[in-house]
Amino acid sequence: MLRGMRLATALGVLMAGCVAARADGPVPVKIGVLNDRSGVYSDISGEGSVVAARMALEDFKPAEHGLKVEIVSADHQNKPDVGSAIARQWYDRDGVDVIMDVVTSSVALAINQVTREKNKVHINSGAGSADLTGSQCTPNTVHWTYDTAALANGTGGAMVKRGGDTWFFITADYAFGQALQRDTSAVVTKNGGKVVGSVKTPFPNSDFSSFLLQAQASKAKVIGLANAGGDTINAVKQAAEFGITEGGQALAGLLIFSSDIHSLTPKVAQGLVLTEPFYWDLNDATRSFSDRFAKLFGGKKPTAAQAGVYAGTLHYLKAVEAQKSARDGAATVAKMKELPTDDPLFGKGEIRADGRKIHDMYLFEVKKPAESKGEWDLYKLLATIPGKEAFRPLNEGGCPLVKG
Amino acid sequence: MMTILGVPTQALFGQLLLGLINGSFYALLSLGLAIIFGLLNIINFAHGAQYMMGAFVAWMLLNYAGLGYWWALILAPLAVGLFGVVLERLLIARLYKLDHLYGLLLTFGLALIIQGLFRQQYGVSGLPYAIPPELSGGQRLPFMFLPNYRGWIVAFSLVICIVTWLVIEKTKLGAYLRAATENPTLVQAFGVNVPLLLTLTYGFGVALAALAGVLAAPVYSVNPNMGADIIIVVFAVVVIGGMGSILGSILTGFALGLVEGLTKVFYPEASATAIFVIMVVVLLVKPAGLFGKPA
Repeated sequence: MLRGMRLATALGVLMAGCVAARADGPVPVKIGVLNDRSGVYSDISGEGSVVAARMALEDFKPAEHGLKVEIVSADHQNKPDVGSAIARQWYDRDGVDVIMDVVTSSVALAINQVTREKNKVHINSGAGSADLTGSQCTPNTVHWTYDTAALANGTGGAMVKRGGDTWFFITADYAFGQALQRDTSAVVTKNGGKVVGSVKTPFPNSDFSSFLLQAQASKAKVIGLANAGGDTINAVKQAAEFGITEGGQALAGLLIFSSDIHSLTPKVAQGLVLTEPFYWDLNDATRSFSDRFAKLFGGKKPTAAQAGVYAGTLHYLKAVEAQKSARDGAATVAKMKELPTDDPLFGKGEIRADGRKIHDMYLFEVKKPAESKGEWDLYKLLATIPGKEAFRPLNEGGCPLVKG
Repeated sequence: MMTILGVPTQALFGQLLLGLINGSFYALLSLGLAIIFGLLNIINFAHGAQYMMGAFVAWMLLNYAGLGYWWALILAPLAVGLFGVVLERLLIARLYKLDHLYGLLLTFGLALIIQGLFRQQYGVSGLPYAIPPELSGGQRLPFMFLPNYRGWIVAFSLVICIVTWLVIEKTKLGAYLRAATENPTLVQAFGVNVPLLLTLTYGFGVALAALAGVLAAPVYSVNPNMGADIIIVVFAVVVIGGMGSILGSILTGFALGLVEGLTKVFYPEASATAIFVIMVVVLLVKPAGLFGKPA
C-alpha cells in the first residue's frame, strides 16, 4: 500500500513537473557567435557565421520544438583577453548559453577555459588547434569543423605520397601555426619524409618575400604554409612572384578556405593542394544551402567555418530540445555526444568522447583558370578522406576525458 | 661559401635587397607624413587609409574602367589626392590653430571610418591585382631571383623621393612652402596664398600615400586593413627620422627596411618589433629623432 502511495506521489510530482514546464512556455536559449568581425579572419568567419546561425534557426524552427532562441554576436579582434572578457560578460550578465565559432586558436583556447569554469557550452568551428580536443579538452567543448591534425593528415600525407618528401615550414608565430607545424611534421616524418627547416613569422604579416627566399634556399620540395587568412593569401601571391613553383618547389596550403582562393583567383593559386571539410559544390544539399546563403550574404559562398556554425547550431538545438533545458552546459554536451549527428552539410557523423566531431574531409586541388567555369568554381576533388582516418585517433590526443 | 653568423653571405645579400624594397614603401609613406607634419603640423593618421585607397582605386580603375597599371600610377594618386584636398578644406583646415592632438584624433577617426566602409563593401580577403605584363618575370642574380617588379619599386620610389626632396629644398615653390611653415603671416603679407599652399601640400602628401598604394597593389593583398598594418611602422620611421624632417624620413625609411630585413634572417620572430626597439633607443638618446632639430 505504502509502495503504491509512493509511486503515485512520484508520478504526481513528475506530472506536475510536466505541467509546470508547459506553463513556463518555451525553453529559452541564447546563442553567442564570437569571432573576428574586422580583422584577417573576418571573411572566413565574421558576419557570415551569424548568417549561418540564423539559417540554422530558420531550418530548425525552434518554436515547433518548444525552444525560444536568440542570437547575439561580438568581435574578439583575434585577442584572447578581449575574447575572454566578452565571454565572461555574456555568461555572467547576458545569459548566453553557448558560444559558437571562435576562429583563432589562441582565443578559442581561452574561451575553452572560461566556458568550463561557467559550465556553459563552446562549439568551435573556426579555430584549428587540435589541442581543443587533446590536452586542453573539456566536457563543455565540441570542436566541429576541422583541426590541425586532420589538415596535417590530409595535405601532409597527400603531398608526401606525391613525392614531396622534404619540407620547409613558414609558420605563423602563435598557437595555431605552431600546432599546425607540429602536427604536419609528425605526419611527414611518419610517411618517410623529412623536415629540413622552418621559419616563424610575426602574425599578422604582409611581406613574406624574405621568408619565401629562405624557403627557396632550403631546397625543400614542399613549402608548407602553416598560417591562414590574409597571411596565406600574401604568401601565395608573393610565392608566385618569386617564381617558387616554377623553380620546382610545391606550395602546400595547410589551412585554406574557399574565400582565400576566391580572393587569390585560380590564376595565382592553381595547382595548390589543400584539405577542407566543406566546399559549396560538393553535392545537392551543399549547393542549395550555399545558394540560400549567398542570397542573404552579398553573393558570397559559405566557408567551411560558416558551414560548421550552421551544422553545430542545429545539433546543439537538438540536444537542448532533448534535455528540455540549456542550463547545464556539460549535460548538453554529453547529450550532443550521445545523439548521432546528421545535417545537410557534413552528413552523418558523431561527436567523440573528447569533443571531436567526426566527418569526412576532402582533398582538393585548385583548378586552372581554363577549368574554372565561374567566379566561385575553384576546386576539383582529389580524394575523400573518411572521417575515421581523417582525424587523430581518440587515444592519441592525450585528452583526460578519454579513459584507458 | 662564406657565412656570417651561420648565414651564407649570398642569402644575406638577398635579404638586404628585400629589406631595401620594403624600405621603399616606408620611405615613400614616411615622406608624405613628414611633408604634411612639417608644413601643416598635422599628424596624419589617415595616411594608412589613404595608402589603402590608392591600391583600391587602382583595382577600381582596372575593373570598372578597364584602365591598367600605368594609368593607375597617374590617376589613382590624383583621385586620392583630390579626396585629400576636400578633406583638408572641409575638416582639417579648421584645426590648424589647435593642439596637435585634435588633428591626430580627427585623422585617426577618418581612418577608421574609411577602413570600415571599404571593409563593409569589399570584405577583408582582398582583391586580386596582377603585376603589369611589362614588369612580370625576373632577373636571376648571383645571390637571388629578383622579380622585375620589385626592382621597379625600389627604382621608382627612389626617383620620387629624390624629386620631392629637390622640389622642397631647391625650388622657389619649395622656398614658399618652407617660409609658410616658418611664419605664415609674413609670407601672406608678401602676397602668397598660404591657405591654398597648405591645401595643396596636404593633397600632395596624400597623393604620395596613394602612389605607394598603387605600387603595393600587385605584390600585397589589396585589402582594407593593408594600411593599418603598415602605418604603425611608418610612424615609427618618422619618429626615428625626426618629425617633419624630409631627408630624415627618406633615409630612415630605407635604413629601417634594411634593419628589418636583417632581423628576418637572424631572428624572424622579432622582425615586427625590431623597428620599435630602435625607436625606443633613439628617443632615449636623441629625443628629436636622428635628423630632427631640437625643439
